[in-house]
Amino acid sequence: MSDEPLQEFSLQLLREGNGAEVARLVDTYSAQIYRLALKMLSNPQDAEDVLQNTFMKALQALPNFEGRSSLSTWLYRIAVNEALMSIRRSKPEVDVTLKTDDGDEEDLLLTSFTDWCCLPEGELMSSEALHYLDKAVQELPEKLRIVFILRDLEGLSIRETGQALSLTETTVKTRLLRARLKLREMLSAYYGERLPLE
Amino acid sequence: MKDNLNCGAFLEEISDYVDGVLGEALCAEIERHIADCDDCRVVVDTLKKTIYLYHETSSARTEIPTDVRSRLFRRLSLDDFIETKHL
Repeated sequence: MSDEPLQEFSLQLLREGNGAEVARLVDTYSAQIYRLALKMLSNPQDAEDVLQNTFMKALQALPNFEGRSSLSTWLYRIAVNEALMSIRRSKPEVDVTLKTDDGDEEDLLLTSFTDWCCLPEGELMSSEALHYLDKAVQELPEKLRIVFILRDLEGLSIRETGQALSLTETTVKTRLLRARLKLREMLSAYYGERLPLE
Repeated sequence: MKDNLNCGAFLEEISDYVDGVLGEALCAEIERHIADCDDCRVVVDTLKKTIYLYHETSSARTEIPTDVRSRLFRRLSLDDFIETKHL
């Protein structure tokens, strides 16, 4: 998804503000930026603000873009920062510092060993279940959530996720593991209740 | 989970295991462990299913609503390019 060769876009035209090239950039990446913002903020108005601010800042910053990451990873990076600022404004009590490693070394705790894989697809993907899947992601701590969204929902590689968040690959892997296991616990509680009684 | 040191070590590798990026030797070791440890087998199966469900549901990609796109183009002074999608 994000491995696009840079030559697909002319950086020179983008930097010159060429309307057609800028429009192409926006149409290519706006859906993924909007989706990311929606997943992070769960509020369409805030997501739209993040979308607009991301492209405004990206266009201003294009002269300094050095191409060390792909354009899409670079845009994700700006969007993540915008979304984190939005969260800080609306929920100042929430810790959204991605850099600290608090909790990264905590023991992994598993409490559920119920096998719910046998549930029919209709049950696993019911509209109620889909709502629960979203809710479970929202309940993840911020720094686990953002890694999970970029890696597992948006399909970035570990390396790209690290670049977008300015984190090492080791930290991305650690947080991804914790995010996935926490979600597995939550889904096990939800789907476990839907298993037929033996 | 069985009181077995292998379970803890296994858990640290489980994410790479389900992503299929572990080396062959470690993979084989994990598969031997799963064959003997029912709790860890359930954790692997339900973790794979968890990731599968999120992949499946996120692949129904959200498109950007038309009005959101129009406002974005106006904010970027791209009014002349609103009518046609440039992909």
